[in-house]
Amino acid sequence: MNRNDRQQSSPNDEEAQREPFDFARWWDRVGILIVLVALVVLMAIIAPNFARVDNLLNIARAISVNAILAAGLTFVILTAGIDLSVGSIVAVSGVTAVIAAMAGLPAPAAVLLGMGVGAACGLVNGVLTAYLALAPFIVTLGTMTFLRGLAYTITDGQPIVSSDLNFKQIGNGYLAGTPIPVLIMVVVYIIAWFVLERTRYGRHIYAVGGNPEAAKLAGVRVKRIITSVYIIGGGCAGLGGIIFAARVISAQPTAGTGYELDAIAAVVLGGTSLSGGRGRIVGTLIGSVILGVLATGLILMNVQFFTQLLIKGAVIIFAVAIDSLKQKPFVFSTIFRTPAQSKT
Amino acid sequence: MTLNANTPLLQLEGITKRFGATLALNNVRFELGAGEVHALMGENGAGKSTLMKILSGSVQRDAGKILLDGKEIDIRSPRDAAAHGIAIIHQELNTVPAMTVAENLCLGNEPLNRFGFLNRKRVIEEARRKLARIGARIDPRRPLGSLSVGMQQMVEIARAVSERARVLVLDEPTAALSRAESTQLYALIKQMRAEGVGMVYISHRMEEVWHLADRVTVFRDGTYVGTGKMGEITPEMVVKMMVGRAVGNIYDHVQRTPGDVVLNVTGLTGRDVGPVDFEIRAGEVVSMAGLIGSGRTEVARLVFGADRRTAGSVTIGGKTSNPGDPSAAIADGIGMVPENRKEQGLFLDHAVEANIAISSLDRFVTADVLHKAKARAAVRRQMERLRLRLSAIDLPVKALSGGNQQKAALARWLMRESKVLILDEPTRGVDIGAKREIYELIDQLARAGKAILVISSDLPEAIGISDRLLVMRSGRIVHEMDCDIATEETVMTYATGTARSAAENVGVKQ
Repeated sequence: MNRNDRQQSSPNDEEAQREPFDFARWWDRVGILIVLVALVVLMAIIAPNFARVDNLLNIARAISVNAILAAGLTFVILTAGIDLSVGSIVAVSGVTAVIAAMAGLPAPAAVLLGMGVGAACGLVNGVLTAYLALAPFIVTLGTMTFLRGLAYTITDGQPIVSSDLNFKQIGNGYLAGTPIPVLIMVVVYIIAWFVLERTRYGRHIYAVGGNPEAAKLAGVRVKRIITSVYIIGGGCAGLGGIIFAARVISAQPTAGTGYELDAIAAVVLGGTSLSGGRGRIVGTLIGSVILGVLATGLILMNVQFFTQLLIKGAVIIFAVAIDSLKQKPFVFSTIFRTPAQSKT
Repeated sequence: MTLNANTPLLQLEGITKRFGATLALNNVRFELGAGEVHALMGENGAGKSTLMKILSGSVQRDAGKILLDGKEIDIRSPRDAAAHGIAIIHQELNTVPAMTVAENLCLGNEPLNRFGFLNRKRVIEEARRKLARIGARIDPRRPLGSLSVGMQQMVEIARAVSERARVLVLDEPTAALSRAESTQLYALIKQMRAEGVGMVYISHRMEEVWHLADRVTVFRDGTYVGTGKMGEITPEMVVKMMVGRAVGNIYDHVQRTPGDVVLNVTGLTGRDVGPVDFEIRAGEVVSMAGLIGSGRTEVARLVFGADRRTAGSVTIGGKTSNPGDPSAAIADGIGMVPENRKEQGLFLDHAVEANIAISSLDRFVTADVLHKAKARAAVRRQMERLRLRLSAIDLPVKALSGGNQQKAALARWLMRESKVLILDEPTRGVDIGAKREIYELIDQLARAGKAILVISSDLPEAIGISDRLLVMRSGRIVHEMDCDIATEETVMTYATGTARSAAENVGVKQ
């Protein structure tokens, strides 16, 4: 009926002990990276030209616009938001920058204008979401359509080619043998990583996504944070639009169509939870690379376009399924955990 | 007492359950007679809920036997449990607020008409029958969300209790109920006992266990400690069995001497409450008592800037504090641990470190860049102070027990060094060991000169830990008294404001 009195230990013994092997934590750290490495090895074996440096740089350049969009979107999704308008922002900012440059604006100003237009679109998304408490899915669905319409209106529905575009180097130039879009992408990710991991602002973003009510009561200015992430998302999309316009040396009203979905796919593939509060920017980069490698590799392997879509869709679902299953300890504990010691 | 002398209704023998590294239940037993209320007690993490999940089929046992009427049965799913007449009322409500009472009652078992569509008339009839069965007078056409928590719980019970219910498990059913609602629930329990239903009653509240139960069984750390009959066992014995040692008067504290006024609230008015006036001195613990819905939490949220105030002023240490949001209130020196730890207080998926540090990050930044090591060291100091295991610093806070989660929520404001602390139901859902630590901490903080406002629905606690008591009713402070002379009866007299309660307390009027 009775046991010895409890030893004079701390009163916290009841918590889960450190597991000998915890699949969820392990997968969080390296899971998606393993998928990438496996994919690259597979491609290198099957498609002989895949592993060449110029091909790899081409892949990097091809993914740069999507990766930059995805970086901005990671901020938004970490707060449990969503931004469907980034693809349309690509068009509006690119069109604005090209027209401004053609009207005589110097290259740096035109680029800043393009990014500014993107950020301004984000501000609208953010204010409507945070201060009017509208659902971001609906708000950005609206702005997606509106901004696409705006891009068509400005250009009268026609591409405007500007063969001597003053910022075309941003899309086509090289620096130290590396395409400039790739360098921009790297800089964007370094900044994004630093902001999310090393600043108070970054901690507040995770807090808002983790539990908005608790964040408010902990002193986080939730509405400001939410507004700001949409500005970042819009600004990144604006930058993406500049690179895209510079790459094609023209203002394209159809630029970026469907990019929002690829960017969301990259974020989710990278392990960021759509319900907010969980995820890493590095994961998003890896997610973008996986999508790029897959696309290029499949082309090199002469896989039909229709089949490419099938494979891409399956990969996204597979990655998200693993991410979701790891939350359910019992699925993996039986498979991966060593039989645990009892405490006492 | 209506214990069946022969075969018990339900016997659980040698039940063992392991979750990963944790042995949640180690060879425990439990017995329930027909028409018996058998209380199951133990600290959080003792294994009570796990055993009940096994009984209700949502978790499978690793070893052990379940006997119903002396015959061994197997429970592999909630459906199996229901087929054997075993029903469980969970701690959290499992209902859909947007649907009507009737729809909730028929959820998963909707009567259909001959075309396969929902038979709305029969849904209502069925619901009426179920509500009548437990004697609840609730209109089945009302949306569930429009009912009080207590009424919603009644609906939950009505749903669980079918005509064939033989075993009913109630997991802390009164945790969110007002006193009146609890009384109504007790009556229902007594009625079902008279009808021969066996009930397992899980609760932390000693007085209600003594009011209701026929026997008490205690678990500790996943093991069976013992069972005692009412009349042969005392609350002190049960507490000793739960914690493994004798616990003295848990509210004990040496007389404190309050200093200058720190928090001064004048004419504070919000949408549903006020105007209220009160002040709290440095080194003083003031409790707000009152029924659920009397406006205590609302007052706290107004002071903290979480809700908009329509009139009134607050000063902290003589300086006006007129926060538009909590971040301004925090800057003015107020900290608040909200009532609902999981939904409002913590970031459950985030690490303990992040949860504790979140409100103090401005102390550890240069141009918004964090000094991670410094912040972490500060978090460690608070964890040591609160006797939280340091190795838990990177675990998600949801992995902690209720008591330790609450300590993490408190640690946030200790780290912030807030001058005024508002603690809304600081010991709800917390086991007795952790409760005692929280009381000690409150006393310690008061001695360090903090002004502390506690909101508690546990009257003995409110009276025991504080210096003064503010009684609220319908959004106003109706009475103020020193805790030395306060009794539960006098507080209830003012909290209910009814002549009846005054008459019940002849001789304790002031």
